[in-house]
Amino acid sequence: MHELAIAESIIQAVQTRTGNQTVRSVRLQVGQLSGVLTDALTFSFEVAAHSTPLEGAQLFIDEPRGRLHCRSCGRDVDRNDLVLLCECGSADVEVTAGRELALLSVEVA
Amino acid sequence: MCSTCGCGTDEVRLTVLEHDHHHNDHSTGHIHADHDRDRTHSIQLEQAILAKNDHLAEHNREWLSQHGLAAINVMSSPGSGKTTLLERTIKESGLTLSVIEGDQETTVDAERIRAAGARSLQVNTGAGCHLDAAMIHRALDQLQPERGVVVIENVGNLVCPALFDLGEARRVVIISVTEGDDKPRKYPHMFSAADLIVINKTDLLPYVDFDVGRLTTDARALRSGVEVLTLSARTGENVDAWYAWLANLRPVDGLAHSQPA
Repeated sequence: MHELAIAESIIQAVQTRTGNQTVRSVRLQVGQLSGVLTDALTFSFEVAAHSTPLEGAQLFIDEPRGRLHCRSCGRDVDRNDLVLLCECGSADVEVTAGRELALLSVEVA
Repeated sequence: MCSTCGCGTDEVRLTVLEHDHHHNDHSTGHIHADHDRDRTHSIQLEQAILAKNDHLAEHNREWLSQHGLAAINVMSSPGSGKTTLLERTIKESGLTLSVIEGDQETTVDAERIRAAGARSLQVNTGAGCHLDAAMIHRALDQLQPERGVVVIENVGNLVCPALFDLGEARRVVIISVTEGDDKPRKYPHMFSAADLIVINKTDLLPYVDFDVGRLTTDARALRSGVEVLTLSARTGENVDAWYAWLANLRPVDGLAHSQPA
């Protein structure tokens, strides 16, 4: 969902830091529970970067897996499904990884 | 153009629907750009992609808190009865509401709210499919709510608004029984971000296959223990529970809830 607005936020945030320097690549972290589709984000980024110093820049996307801490049984489990249930059946869980939506670094020319 | 919903960046328009509105030249703060002129080839940024939105949302929350106001972000599909529920609330609950209406076009909803007796402001997002914290920042500045509850009626959409913190104290998702009880499973991001789920149009339950228990179970699998209210904004059935929930709202400092997915 919503990847164009995310792509525009990335471009704006990068330009705030790098100004008019040509950006060759951007490294992102997009968790598997973040609700952002990386294919759609890559497509949107190409469109939104047009005529900016980020035009043609490559996106490298790290996609951390979802991980939950269960408050009922105390276990930590991997989960990439948005229905956040522990293996014990409890829905009383805390997401400890997988919701990342972060800009890590850029390579400039 | 957004590959999912056509969300774009056309000009956003704000329309205040009130005559005696006075404009104070107050400021809720500014964003300070970090003028980092580092010339190395690799630049570490290490920041949230939506940092700017989240920063502005925090400003909004602080401003609301300082003014003793609690805001709710009301999200739903188009036609779920958000505006009808607000009209009835304004007329009979005795609570003071100020309403920020988000729609792509027209001031129809803001006019309905004003006619019901509350201060309202319309944000037209053009091609945009959601409200963001910058729009609410501007809207609060123009609307100048003084007391009670600030209701932000988001653009009718169960997808995109879930990702954008506006500075609200609580998130409310409204679903009508004609939409089907499978919505939490189809739109998990929206429901996992909800603090309250309102099931509207219960007067139509005899005519549709909608299982309140099933929706409640599915919603609680997405957000543990989320409160669910059933009511009919048209007949007034159980609206008192909604009024009581609103009356108990308090302004919040800092993050109201963990960031939704």
